[in-house]
Amino acid sequence: MLFFSYFKDLVGQEVTVELKNDLAIRGTLHSVDQYLNIKLENTRVVDQDKFPHMLSVRNCFIRGSVVRYVQLPPDGVDVDLLHDAARREARGA
Amino acid sequence: MSWAAPDDIFFSTSLAAYLDKKLLVLLRDGRKLMGLLRSFDQFANAVIEEAYERVIVGDLYCDIPLGLYIIRGENVVLIGELDIEKEELPAQMVQVSEAEIKRAQKAEKEEMLLKGLMRKRMEFLDLD
Repeated sequence: MLFFSYFKDLVGQEVTVELKNDLAIRGTLHSVDQYLNIKLENTRVVDQDKFPHMLSVRNCFIRGSVVRYVQLPPDGVDVDLLHDAARREARGA
Repeated sequence: MSWAAPDDIFFSTSLAAYLDKKLLVLLRDGRKLMGLLRSFDQFANAVIEEAYERVIVGDLYCDIPLGLYIIRGENVVLIGELDIEKEELPAQMVQVSEAEIKRAQKAEKEEMLLKGLMRKRMEFLDLD
């Protein structure tokens, strides 16, 4: 639940999602759900030449299970808040 | 999964916004399917109508018609909405027949095998 809440707060930010198949997609975080499925808007692929089929894709739904990393802007993260939330979650669990 | 109200379609992660749209579906095995989304569920299982597989080898591509497909959600990597005003593929790509793309696929596979084989032969040299 922690990361679901965390991503909900990040909606509207520019992120780069790197998938397990090495595809990296940059876009605006539109929405996230309990499975950490991600919807991105205004997408562009980082290495466009390697993935020509993605040329006209502007919005996409990414299944949570295939995400390797979600790269965030360094100032988009309140690390202390996250740290506290993690501590609280660990205490509760 | 609770039922979404009509307005929720725009803000949630559900695939409802993609219904009846022409989509690109990337599968875990690397295949690229395209077609119209007719149905989905909470596992991202999907029903695709007028589906075709776009096979790409280098600058060659071919669309192989598949018909009506049900995709099991665990195989789905990404579902992308295609912008109809943009070109789906770079201009230098050439459409070829199914037979030709299958030949190109085979040639690419053999090239990969050969590369792998040569790499293995060189490994004993321990050059790193």
